[in-house]
Amino acid sequence: MSEKIPVTVLTGYLGAGKTTLLNRILTEDHGKKFAVIVNEFGEAGIDGDLIVGADEEVFEMNNGCICCTVRGDLIRILDGLMKRKGKFDAIIVETTGLADPAPVAQTFFVDQDVGDATRLDAVVTVTDAKWLKDRLKDAPEAKNQIAFADVIILNKTDLVTAEELADVEAAIRAINPYAKLHKAERANVDIAALLDRNAFDLDRILDIEPDFLEAGHHHHHAEDVRSFSFTLPGDVDPEKFMPWINDIAQIQGPNILRSKGILSFKDEPRRFVFQGVHMILDGDLQRDWKPGEKRESRLVFIGRGLNENELRKGFEACAA
Amino acid sequence: MTTLNQPTSLREHVTPIAAETHVVSAQWVKQGLMLALADGRVLRWRDGAAAFVEAHAGGILCAIGDGERLISGGDDGRLVATGFEGEPVEIAKDPKRRWIDAITLSGSGNLAWNNGKTVQARDEKGRVRTLEAASTPQGLVFAPKGYRLAIAQMNGVSLWYPNTEAKPEFLEWKGSHLDANWSPDGRFIVTSMQENALHGWKLGDKPSHMRMTGYPAKPRSLSWSHDGLWLASSGADGAIVWPFQGDGPQGKAPRECGVRHARVTRVAFHPGALVLAIGYDDGCILMVRLTDGSELLVRPPERGSGISAFAWDKAGKRLAFGAEDGAAGVLVLPS
Repeated sequence: MSEKIPVTVLTGYLGAGKTTLLNRILTEDHGKKFAVIVNEFGEAGIDGDLIVGADEEVFEMNNGCICCTVRGDLIRILDGLMKRKGKFDAIIVETTGLADPAPVAQTFFVDQDVGDATRLDAVVTVTDAKWLKDRLKDAPEAKNQIAFADVIILNKTDLVTAEELADVEAAIRAINPYAKLHKAERANVDIAALLDRNAFDLDRILDIEPDFLEAGHHHHHAEDVRSFSFTLPGDVDPEKFMPWINDIAQIQGPNILRSKGILSFKDEPRRFVFQGVHMILDGDLQRDWKPGEKRESRLVFIGRGLNENELRKGFEACAA
Repeated sequence: MTTLNQPTSLREHVTPIAAETHVVSAQWVKQGLMLALADGRVLRWRDGAAAFVEAHAGGILCAIGDGERLISGGDDGRLVATGFEGEPVEIAKDPKRRWIDAITLSGSGNLAWNNGKTVQARDEKGRVRTLEAASTPQGLVFAPKGYRLAIAQMNGVSLWYPNTEAKPEFLEWKGSHLDANWSPDGRFIVTSMQENALHGWKLGDKPSHMRMTGYPAKPRSLSWSHDGLWLASSGADGAIVWPFQGDGPQGKAPRECGVRHARVTRVAFHPGALVLAIGYDDGCILMVRLTDGSELLVRPPERGSGISAFAWDKAGKRLAFGAEDGAAGVLVLPS
């Protein structure tokens, strides 16, 4: 089998600068060829041979999983593109400003043909430094897009003061402290920072430390979308942990946007690594714990209306 | 009576064709074989002589043959007819360049295709009617008799009479319906589904449902036997063949033919006998006789050369195949 084609999902609220970023990616001299799937009614201004218009045709899988929605149009288009392998090195999927990124991400876990031929590389969210705080108040989609992101472009930083910028950054970090954040003007971000992130590759979930200093962090307790991370020193008991995490995914899945974890199982020389999107969990035993490496178990949840105490207590009860 | 000197392999009767890129569809026309290729070209082949012609600026997504020409739909939004000689002729073009994912042709020459969600039907006199589907259809098929089109889409199948103003009838079943098939006797419609299943309706005043599940992958290739009593499908490690005698397959077990350690990608029933050509994702092709399950090897496995297209000629003497790596060939059945 040949290498899987990486797919980058580009989200962002209306007017944040997605199209500008897309044009930068397509015109910059990086030697890569892209196939781009754009939403048909999106902002105009991009054209080319491998630009495909898509309607966001979201449907629910008939498998009893209530939040297991996928993008039917994406499955169809990727199937068509895969017949022309060699014409492009990577795929970019642009979503509409109002789109929920979850169905796009879930498509890569749920559809086997898509999963065999491509790999989801990262969700990149473009945000607008000037208007984001307003959108966070009135648009749940804007919040979802930040919560879901692996990479966040904080764009139009030239339109705000240093204080406003620090404030909007804190607002983003209150929702998602784990994404890589890049500040930009007119979407002038290094393309290498967006591509080949391997954000959904279990082998690359090595470091789930939040990307900020706890001391300098403003708390936005009014935020309904938040992230929590829990650390247990020492081992957990897989007999307790696996049923617990599956239960959490089943019951709270609709509210959990993303989850990740690195776990130290009792009597297991290797690290157990998992990630999840809503109810879908994907996990595996990975590399050995290194000599001298501190064996601890760490979980991260990003979601809406999650009960921090309940999650912490449940996790602590899994200790070996 | 079976002959004693029957060969166990048909390999030496296969003439290879270098199609160079993913074969989307194979179609026999009067003068020879036409292969629709994923890079937008069409390959014309006759008795070992092959010539390429460019039909689309982008890629070909679907194609069908009318006996004289190969009619292809592309990601350039164009519908193109390519005869065995001369330049390809554009039949229709979408100004928005929306993909043509599905195409179908009736016995009397009615043609239907989609551009995105817009379904176009053209009768034999050339009149085109359009219908907006709720989602982009990937499967279109005409009824065996009459000008009626089945449109597979999300959550069901629309049945549309293009020459009437009547609202299409909707056969509802939750989920994403991909390919559509109408049984030769007109009594059944079967779709392949996202959920690795087939769904069928027995048509009538109150259409009844048939669920055919248990596939490890999506059954994207379906083929009816010449007598209309069997429906073969891909998507498993052997061809799954459902009985459609009487009320259909509900409650009956399917036959499994040519089970191997590989996944079936294409199936094609012989036009006049209960013999099934089975293509696998490892490049292998087997010919299986339904009556006794006997197997003949047509093509040995070849890495990366999964079978993507089949076509029997009208007389059932030649089987054309194409693969995802651009390999292709013609098997001539020994007489």
